[in-house]
Amino acid sequence: MAERRGTGRRGPVPAVRARWRGLLLTAALLAVCAAPFQLVPFRVFQLTMVLVYTVALIGLNLLVGHGGQISLGHGAFFAVGAYGTAIMMFHGGWPYPVTLPAAAAVAFAIGLALGVPATRLHGLYLALVTLAIAIFLVPLLKRFESVTGGSMGLTLAKPRPPAWSGLAEDQWLYFLTLAAALLALAVNHSLLRSRVGRALHAVRDNETAAEVMGVRLAFHKRMAFAWSAMFAGAAGCLYTWVIGFVSPDSFTVNLSITLLAGLVIGGLGATWGPLLGGLFVMFVPSLSQDVNKAAPGVIFGLLIIVVMYVAPTGLAGLVRRAAHSFGRTLRKG
Amino acid sequence: MAGFLQQVVEGLGAGAIYASLALALVLIYRFTGIVNFAQGELAMFATYIAWQFTHAGVPFWLALVLTLAVAFAGGMLIERVVVRPVEGAPELTVVIVTVGLFILVNAAAGWIWSFLIKDFPNPFPRGALEAGGVGVAYSTLGVMGVVAAVMGLLYLLFRHTKIGLGMRAVASGPESARLVGIRVGWTLALGWGLAATVGAVSGVLVAPLLFLEPNMMGGVLIYAFAAATLGGFDSPAGAVVGGLVVGVAETLSGAYLDFVGSDLKVGVPLAIILGVLLLRPQGLFGRAAVERA
Repeated sequence: MAERRGTGRRGPVPAVRARWRGLLLTAALLAVCAAPFQLVPFRVFQLTMVLVYTVALIGLNLLVGHGGQISLGHGAFFAVGAYGTAIMMFHGGWPYPVTLPAAAAVAFAIGLALGVPATRLHGLYLALVTLAIAIFLVPLLKRFESVTGGSMGLTLAKPRPPAWSGLAEDQWLYFLTLAAALLALAVNHSLLRSRVGRALHAVRDNETAAEVMGVRLAFHKRMAFAWSAMFAGAAGCLYTWVIGFVSPDSFTVNLSITLLAGLVIGGLGATWGPLLGGLFVMFVPSLSQDVNKAAPGVIFGLLIIVVMYVAPTGLAGLVRRAAHSFGRTLRKG
Repeated sequence: MAGFLQQVVEGLGAGAIYASLALALVLIYRFTGIVNFAQGELAMFATYIAWQFTHAGVPFWLALVLTLAVAFAGGMLIERVVVRPVEGAPELTVVIVTVGLFILVNAAAGWIWSFLIKDFPNPFPRGALEAGGVGVAYSTLGVMGVVAAVMGLLYLLFRHTKIGLGMRAVASGPESARLVGIRVGWTLALGWGLAATVGAVSGVLVAPLLFLEPNMMGGVLIYAFAAATLGGFDSPAGAVVGGLVVGVAETLSGAYLDFVGSDLKVGVPLAIILGVLLLRPQGLFGRAAVERA
């Protein structure tokens, strides 16, 4: 499985394909910028949430897809970001733009601290510990009522669009989240192309060989955990902006499991996996819930198992394969 | 003092339940090296089957026997259909598949039986046995008795039957077992069937205490993980001891540590898992795996 998940450079992209790719990306960017002016506010809200999940999944992808480690508790870092933001705005009265870097930094620090045991654990033990952390978080949030608002949570004012922009609230939130998601994508991209990314891939593909080559295993595993927590924290911050409300029951262990499910279905280690996963996590439950309350769970569970058997690169891998064969037919014809 | 003893007894009662689920986890781990995150959900599903039987008017103990048979067959089927294709795959793949199974089984139960809470009959008489100011509920005694019986049966199976011998051979080395003519595939399926049966026992024991609903075992699972980690993932006896210790530790810290209280008790398994992994990763009774890199 490992070799098929590789995202390393595949040599120089032929000029023709590069031009096509550039055109496609430009068109996609235009469509993404035009969308909030064409859709009703509820759809804009849904797309905004897709971007929020995408940011969280970029982080999870870094850890699971590129680092080969398992986290069943990423919802906890998401919650740290969300609650951190809510507390900064509610108790500190901070202006909202400051909370994004602050929440990301807090999540990074906590990820780094929790990364200490993580480096000593591997595989299932890491999964166990992260799962236990995710379960423990909810009662912990309920306990410190004076800070977190207990089970009632905290209600906040959503960021207001500045007058010069002429945008409605939902559109402003959409563009804020879009900008943050693009930033996350850029940070992730440069991380993966740097020393860190190469070290992560080496550790994932063969730990022993990587160590022999002089890659510091413990350090890189811990950093992967911290970076990944940082993305989840940033996503949590965006969540608080968009929803304007946090309560412990939004961050149960289900969130963590849903995130992992979304990533696996979207495509582990694939560049577009987080986005596809975000779309899946947002739209599949709301579409299938009409059939039965349990339908999303059945679909998620079945798809995870099927994806692991037949398409370890998930939806992203399928899309890529489809694009390849489409391109071949075009050239032949 | 009586109060303290009372807490210990309650802890042992809870611990016996954790022990039974931990036993199921350990069984699968020993045979296949897989930690089955769906174990609790399988137990919950089996409990629903038992509920369905009793609901149809089958007497409790007969319903239990039928349920255990269904759970055994179901466990074997899952091994053959879901787990076999990823055998030998990286740990990440296997964990993700069992997590998928977790989501699937949970949702399937919700689909079939709805998410509403159901009453589950308590097989043990009400009331408590009083001795020296400490009351032991009959249901607690019953739970402990059942877990002890399961433990004893497993011991007999592994030590005194040919099937058990074959299973131990597969656990210690599948290739060598295959060479001496043991059907490894079937033995692994048998291991899953056994684990599902033991898990079903724990589900049926928990249901009268926690109310039957699809998320019933979610809370128990993390305690069972702590128990298995404490006892050592490859030691059935360790799982039982670990379960009892976790149960007592949970009850006592909930009762006597003010900052824990009843709401933060779920931090106890987290603390135990972290503590064990940092101090003695193989657990109290487990053997450290020696790896040739």
